[in-house]
Amino acid sequence: MFDIQSVRADFPILKEKVNGKPLVYFDNAATAQKPKVVIDAIATYYNTINANIHRGVHTLSQLATDAYEEARKKVQHHINAVHDREVLFTSGTTFGINLVANGFASLLKPGDEVVVSAMEHHSNIVPWQFLCERTGASLRVIPMNSHGELILEEFDALLNVNTKVVAVTHVSNALGTINPIKYIIDQAHRVGAAVLIDGAQATPHIKPNVQELDCDFYVFSGHKVCGPTGTGILYGKEAWLNKLPPYQGGGEMIQTVTFEKTTYACLPHKFEAGTPNIAGGIVLGVALDYMNTIGFDAIGSYEHELLLYGTEKLLEIDGLHIIGTAKEKTAVISFNIEGIHPYDIGVIVDKLGVAVRTGHHCTQPIMDFFAIPGTVRASFSFYNTKEEIDTLVAAVKKAKEMLS
Amino acid sequence: MTIKEIQEEIVDEFSMFDDWMQRYEYIIELGKSLPIIDETYQVEENLIKGCQSRVWLHAEEKDGKLFFTANSDAILTKGIVAILIRVFTNQPAKEILDADMGFIDEIGLKEHLSPTRANGLVSMIKQIKMYALAFQARR
Repeated sequence: MFDIQSVRADFPILKEKVNGKPLVYFDNAATAQKPKVVIDAIATYYNTINANIHRGVHTLSQLATDAYEEARKKVQHHINAVHDREVLFTSGTTFGINLVANGFASLLKPGDEVVVSAMEHHSNIVPWQFLCERTGASLRVIPMNSHGELILEEFDALLNVNTKVVAVTHVSNALGTINPIKYIIDQAHRVGAAVLIDGAQATPHIKPNVQELDCDFYVFSGHKVCGPTGTGILYGKEAWLNKLPPYQGGGEMIQTVTFEKTTYACLPHKFEAGTPNIAGGIVLGVALDYMNTIGFDAIGSYEHELLLYGTEKLLEIDGLHIIGTAKEKTAVISFNIEGIHPYDIGVIVDKLGVAVRTGHHCTQPIMDFFAIPGTVRASFSFYNTKEEIDTLVAAVKKAKEMLS
Repeated sequence: MTIKEIQEEIVDEFSMFDDWMQRYEYIIELGKSLPIIDETYQVEENLIKGCQSRVWLHAEEKDGKLFFTANSDAILTKGIVAILIRVFTNQPAKEILDADMGFIDEIGLKEHLSPTRANGLVSMIKQIKMYALAFQARR
């Protein structure tokens, strides 16, 4: 049973005031707030078992190693990976994408093609541009329609024997669109392409099942799922992770080192050079436990209620347009008001205690597509309420009044 | 008037406002009322890109003094642009280079000049000082 008041009580920051007003935090797509269990777990780690892992024979090192590997198993079960060695700890989604894109440099040749979509975050565009520059491959883009939905017929038409990688976001950060990734993965596999799914915006709302999806890579960030910043996960199918070369060299990722030749450690250590973010990895496991205790079904249906309510209330404002009106959406509302710059709205509503994001949201191609300088984006989480949405709507009305 | 005198005058004007809302309403008024750049100068070469809003800045020199005109696509940014122009225009290069920006804090607009705001204002001041430096070096 989902009890919003008890959920809110789990998050100490929600009691804070901003500019003298109770905080209304609607920038969840940028980063999620942390429940007390997560905050406490960081201190518990350093207070009780801090040690370097995978090296020491001493007890503390064993305890820390066990906790870290336990967290890896938690992630494995959370995303339903076959093996825990397919789960790599990273510093975040961006790192994961860069690791994979870099790895493909040795597998691609001129004439090959990499496919991304028109609604990618810059993080899922630029690493592939680097890859194309290095290999002579070319970048192809799946277009979208005016609702912010990918045009699947155009995607089908892009695929051919030269398509080697398809990298698509599960959910758009700027529009909230949930993409039909199962279809995209299956179609890409028909031409033998590998598929990477950017799960940064999906994982706070949806529990991914990588076996069912059959994706080759799935990446996401810890800080967006109530975990610590600087943590993330790269899931890769074992066969692909064996095929890709290591990304960084150092300790932990080796089997034997001589000055003539080094052989690499087995998975997952081949990709985890150096001392990792041990506390971060362990606490990411705690964060996923927390979210699973609340339950992703409950989270999804409650957030959907917020989305419908927020959409209805915001649309009552004259001249307000929502950008991103896909049928399948997470609880993200990007909007503009006719004749008013999104930055101006963002500044005023912040003064009224409401945190929203303004700007291009690291998705300049989307803004160019809609011919706008940016949007105001309110992104909801399961700890937000309808009353907070009322505060947002009142603040936007006030901003409109001041700026018109 | 010197830059310092103009700044004092602005601080004086802002001291009449009781709260942020009055201050912002005044800035919005400034932003709305002023056509502060000639359209022919609102071009790509004069554009200062911010992540959040954009600023266009044009500079001219006359009788040893620098004259600035500017604009922005966001109205709050434009209002603050108007304040900055009032401070810097019709001044000798040396005055501009020596100018202290502490008055922005006094009128409660410091957050708008934070480098992380990315609204183009910090880059605008930098650009104004660059123009001053260039004119001074040429003379």
